[in-house]
Amino acid sequence: MSSHQDFTPKPVEKNIRNTYRWLEDRLPILSFLSDALVTYPAPRNLNYMWNFGSLAGIALVLQILTGIFLAMHYKGDVNLAFDSIQHIMRDVQWGWLIRNLHMVGASFFFIVVYIHMARGLYYGSYKSPREVLWGLGVIIFLLMMATAFMGYVLPWGQMSYWGATVITNLLSVIPFIGKYVVVWLWGGYSVGDPTLTRFYAFHFVLPFVIIGVVVLHLWALHLHRSNNPVGIDLKRAKDYIPFHPYYTIKDTFGLGVYLIPFTLMVFFLPEYLGHPDNYIPANPMVTPAHIVPEWYFLPFYAILRAIPIKEIGVAAMFGSILVLFFLPWLDSSPVRSARFRPLYKQIYWLFLINFVVLGWCGANPPEGMFVIIARVATVLYFSFFALLPVLARYEKTKPLPATI
Amino acid sequence: MATRTPKPHSPSVDEAPIGDVDAERRAFLVNTTTAFGVAGAACVALPFIQSMNPNRAVQALATLDVHLGDIAEGTNKTVLWQGKPVFIWHRSPAQVQQARAQDSKATMDPQPDADRTQKPDWLVVLGICTHLGCVPMRGGAEDGWRCPCHGSQYDMSGRVIQGPAGKNLEVPPYRFLDDQTIRIG
Repeated sequence: MSSHQDFTPKPVEKNIRNTYRWLEDRLPILSFLSDALVTYPAPRNLNYMWNFGSLAGIALVLQILTGIFLAMHYKGDVNLAFDSIQHIMRDVQWGWLIRNLHMVGASFFFIVVYIHMARGLYYGSYKSPREVLWGLGVIIFLLMMATAFMGYVLPWGQMSYWGATVITNLLSVIPFIGKYVVVWLWGGYSVGDPTLTRFYAFHFVLPFVIIGVVVLHLWALHLHRSNNPVGIDLKRAKDYIPFHPYYTIKDTFGLGVYLIPFTLMVFFLPEYLGHPDNYIPANPMVTPAHIVPEWYFLPFYAILRAIPIKEIGVAAMFGSILVLFFLPWLDSSPVRSARFRPLYKQIYWLFLINFVVLGWCGANPPEGMFVIIARVATVLYFSFFALLPVLARYEKTKPLPATI
Repeated sequence: MATRTPKPHSPSVDEAPIGDVDAERRAFLVNTTTAFGVAGAACVALPFIQSMNPNRAVQALATLDVHLGDIAEGTNKTVLWQGKPVFIWHRSPAQVQQARAQDSKATMDPQPDADRTQKPDWLVVLGICTHLGCVPMRGGAEDGWRCPCHGSQYDMSGRVIQGPAGKNLEVPPYRFLDDQTIRIG
């Protein structure tokens, strides 16, 4: 039959290699993936702190996958939302597992990202030429916070409702238009059904926006390649090893270690990081006696509460995150790694301890000594950033090695 | 197999020669087209932005009539108006006197108690902390309210006496339909 001849492979499509080249010529996506995950030249001296970038990627994928399956059973309506969570936990086959993975997964995503950021801070990964890479990371962090916040509203328990009320009210400090912005965001005169439905829509779509920014983050990363623990520019070819198999195997091992506490939490302590109050249905008439946000927001929440004037408190809270965008210019020291910066190393650890102290204050009621400690810690938080330009000028750094 | 290598962009070859073009006219056209494009995009965005504002069903719940007869002197009742709690406190003469005595202490957002009520024995205020919107509970240093979220305190007239809130509990628009009924909104 003559029609068979139409399907005879052309020479260029004769084998897989040629098909690959055919696709490459039209859309070089396979070489893009290969450049990113196989042949990408990574510094040979990366330590385990460099595992957390790929772990964050895996955590994001896990959130998206579990989230899609939850969305098949969840109802974004104030009359149905609370019960639909119990429906997922009790009726949906394996629903409890998918929800626990999603819930614990959110907390672990933040743990991983906080370590990832702390690593960047210690080894000066934000410095030239990686300022944009760092800034994209801060954008991802902000998007994560927005996504996590709106996700926490969806179960429509007491903490969901009052968390949503407090956080949306932060925008009321915008001069003149603040109260209209808040009503617009709510779609009503208080947090209600329109708010829940739109938060569900945003919670669903924002992770895909995060993926987009992650692609930009990796693009910027691959242009100048990874920083390394020594923090010097690597010029010799032998300073690099291919990502696969060296770092694929190391990242896989790291993933295995990560999954041990993760699965322990999923199976035995899924509620450990949550709040019992969120198993009371939302009630606009009564605020719980002690409301706190999820643990990953506590340090910033402590800054908000430390300042007794509303407008300044809100500005300080947003400022405490936005200041990260300016970090590459605040820290003008030419030496990247804290290994060679004796003074920076010390204030770095103080900053980290202070951050934990802020979180501890945020978890406690705004009374007595917690107010005083939170105020001191807030001042110390911003002092770190204020000290960086001074430090860059006066710090005696250790001599840098020529190679790794 | 021939692999295509993109040619480097060369302005002199790829673009029309600039010589016979009125550059000023071209710039004007580009700028006005851009301006109209932006204005058009803004007009298209408007319905989408407006769709997020309170819908008509939400707006329809604008008023609420409350019967006052079942609120005994000295007690208070919380009603839900537009999704927001409203505190209605039937104050005794002693409580009114106490609230008026606090006039001099309410220095953060000064307003005499007499201006905050239509009838001295009925205090009607929104039960929403002016800091970040939590519902305050009874208590605090002046026997008014304290907010469980961030520690703001209000006196017996709902005036702020301790931050982080900076404003008094809001008095919603309301009027007495008769001695026993008020209409909020």
